[in-house]
Amino acid sequence: MTELRKRGGGDRDAENISDKDTDGDDRIGVGGEGDRDSKPDTDTPEVQPSVDNTPKCLNKALAGMSSRWKNWWIRGILTLTMISGFFLIIYMGPLPLMLMVLAIQIKCFQEIITIGYRVYHSYELPWFRTLSWYFLLCVNYFFYGETVAENFGNLVQRDEPLQFLVRYHRFISFALYLLGFCMFVLSLVKKHYRLQFYMFAWTHVTLLIVVSQSHLVIQNLFEGLIWFIVPISTVICNDITAYICGFFFGRTPLIKLSPKKTWEGFIGGFFSTVMFGFIFAYLLAQYNYFVCPVEYSESNSFLIDCEPSDLFVLQDYTLPSVLQTVFRWKTVKLYPFQIHSIALSTFASLIGPFGGFFASGFKRAFKIKDFADTIPGHGGIMDRFDCQYLVATFVHVYLTSFIRGPNPSKVLQQVLVLQPEQQLSIFNALKSHLTETGMIPPAIRGP
Amino acid sequence: MTELRHRGPGEDDVLKQQQQQQQQESEVRTDGEAPSDSEIKPDPGVPSTVDDTPEVLNKALSGMSSRWKNWWVRGILTLAMISFFFIIIYLGPMVLMMIVLCVQIKCFHEIIMIGYSVYHSYHLPWFRTLSWYFLLCVNYFFYGETVTDYFSALVQREEPLRILSKYHRFISFTLYLTGFCMFVLSLVKKHYRLQFYMFGWTHVTLLIVVTQSHLIIHNLFEGMIWFIVPISCVICNDIMAYMFGFFFGRTPLIKLSPKKTWEGFIGGFFATVVFGLLLSYVMAGWRYFVCPVEFNNDSNRFEVDCEPSDLFQLQDYTLPSVLQSLIGWETVRIYPFQIHSVALSAFASLIGPFGGFFASGFKRAFKIKDFANTIPGHGGIMDRFDCQYLMATFVNVYIGSFIRGPNPSRVMQQLLALRLDQQLHIFNTLRAHLIDKGLLSANQEATAA
Repeated sequence: MTELRKRGGGDRDAENISDKDTDGDDRIGVGGEGDRDSKPDTDTPEVQPSVDNTPKCLNKALAGMSSRWKNWWIRGILTLTMISGFFLIIYMGPLPLMLMVLAIQIKCFQEIITIGYRVYHSYELPWFRTLSWYFLLCVNYFFYGETVAENFGNLVQRDEPLQFLVRYHRFISFALYLLGFCMFVLSLVKKHYRLQFYMFAWTHVTLLIVVSQSHLVIQNLFEGLIWFIVPISTVICNDITAYICGFFFGRTPLIKLSPKKTWEGFIGGFFSTVMFGFIFAYLLAQYNYFVCPVEYSESNSFLIDCEPSDLFVLQDYTLPSVLQTVFRWKTVKLYPFQIHSIALSTFASLIGPFGGFFASGFKRAFKIKDFADTIPGHGGIMDRFDCQYLVATFVHVYLTSFIRGPNPSKVLQQVLVLQPEQQLSIFNALKSHLTETGMIPPAIRGP
Repeated sequence: MTELRHRGPGEDDVLKQQQQQQQQESEVRTDGEAPSDSEIKPDPGVPSTVDDTPEVLNKALSGMSSRWKNWWVRGILTLAMISFFFIIIYLGPMVLMMIVLCVQIKCFHEIIMIGYSVYHSYHLPWFRTLSWYFLLCVNYFFYGETVTDYFSALVQREEPLRILSKYHRFISFTLYLTGFCMFVLSLVKKHYRLQFYMFGWTHVTLLIVVTQSHLIIHNLFEGMIWFIVPISCVICNDIMAYMFGFFFGRTPLIKLSPKKTWEGFIGGFFATVVFGLLLSYVMAGWRYFVCPVEFNNDSNRFEVDCEPSDLFQLQDYTLPSVLQSLIGWETVRIYPFQIHSVALSAFASLIGPFGGFFASGFKRAFKIKDFANTIPGHGGIMDRFDCQYLMATFVNVYIGSFIRGPNPSRVMQQLLALRLDQQLHIFNTLRAHLIDKGLLSANQEATAA
């Protein structure tokens, strides 16, 4: 298999991904030829030279086997390594998790941007590398600033410079972005206009995909670690079980984009993932550590302790009569969250793969085998995370629509930012409302 | 000049022309070689310039030389557009919102058409449908958010609207996902790259065009003055910079737009600041411009009536002594809003033009003279609105940061949506906070109504 060649040169080698002729389809003047993707992928010479990242020790241990089994073993070992790494970081707490999400986001951004450079031979374009990273920084500053302002209220209230930064956060972010925009305009060079606009657009679309989703992942995390762990696990599970079901039972191809996927794998993966999600949710819902919203306490640390909400309290559900006859139980004790987990697993198995197809289409369009070679046997970070993106957005939208109303501490933050007169009027309105509903006794006339 | 030909054929014929021109074109073209503005060859792959000038105008100006004719056409159209703008303002907020929506759709259409002609993707399966579908989704999402905020009482009353608004994000996301899945299913073997390009092109266009028009509507709801003054400052800067450049222009400003000069830039800056000061003085006196737009639930129409806030009350400012000796006045009565207008005009003249340079660079990159030919003498709608976009975002961010904080009624709504024990908790915290700040004394709280 091609990925077992020795590690090649660096990015410069990639010049031989000559897209000069494939660029022809986007030049004005080439009469109606359209895309040059008519060649089947196998005889395309433009695949990047796969580099072998496998550590030497692994190579030695598996030296005896044939290359096919070797590949299978490498993939398997790396899968287990990644999953254990995932559990380890969960154990370490919210802050390492946030940092890990940030690191993954930066790596995904870098992988996609590098592909853009290769496609457009724009690696040497003046300023552009700096500008791409600058835009990444700006957008991250904006999103993480919003997160900090919402969730780290205690920290912010205490520090004077932080308060200033939070109050004028949007203005500062916008000014930073504008600076980058003006630098871009000033950097336009006569011979490279089109390239520069392409890279500008490429950067922005990448930012849109990568940064906004990672921001939503962090938002989900603050709702409770379970909203972070269960979706990611169900996607991983769907990947693995669809592969296994396809391996044993696969016959009918699913979609032309990914010839290795089969309907049997798809459906088998769906059912297994729903069951897995159901059971996994049951396991996690018992622990406060996973279930409680992450809060930043006065003592400069993360606090995950609370009274679990109704979602995470066992309740009795009467089975419909059909299932009653099958199982011979009348009622079953479930967490309501498990019902939600069915929705999450369903989405992860039915719609999540479209993210994978999108990435496959992208790779075919730009004639690359993998996004990068970061993980031996698997490809780049983007290859692992392509299905996760849609799921992160879905979970966030699901949370805000069906699970929680406004977050009380967030609302409190907003109240404290208002002008004093507005605070007073809100105070009075709230007071009359609470008095009406009997939460506080009626006012006693004082001196 | 080429735009004085008779009105050309429609869209399909234009494409046939393109194909004929393409066959005459040489094979390989390196990109980025930008012809200077004077070589206005109709480029292949571009809708050839058609002359939209109405017959009546052509007749009236038939006597003059083509250069003056062009100048007159531009001038008359400018006046027509400005008067149209004033009429719309007079007609009210609802009509303004509709116009913003129309302008947005037209800009989107123009940019997408350029994408089609660049990539010859006009006949790509599904793609036209998908682009418009995405535009619809994103608009639905943004307008839904606005409607929920400002029309809250109306929404709460009507049952279907209430459900739509409660699950708004979910519904918008589902609609978008449907489009995304349709895109993935529509990927055709020979056209992968084209399709991804068009997908990227559509999304960047949406990002630029739809978010900005949404922000313009937000500004409008703050008060029409926040809509009118920024747009007028940008228009004024365009015109003034042109005039100053015409009379005094010598040093070129930037290679991207060889016609722009430093004299025009600086002269335009000062003229726009002065214009902004005068215009805000005139407008700040009228409630119609100054009050936030509200939807009156009983009469089901927009209401623009209120007690003007402090920004719009005349106040005395002591001039610094330098100016005192110059002008001979000690104090001057101005609206505080006029000071903000200086910031808005400064942005419009200094940073706004970068939006114009961006559009010029874009046109050079894709070798087109104008975005389209909608307005005779001026080009497409995008050509007129390219500087406005940065301005709209700036005004929105400015208002959000410096003028008002979060909307108190919205915060109140969120408060009332919480559970009662959470409300009580917030009530106690707020009480402690207010007492701390001295806004509430401990026993005053007991008697506050």
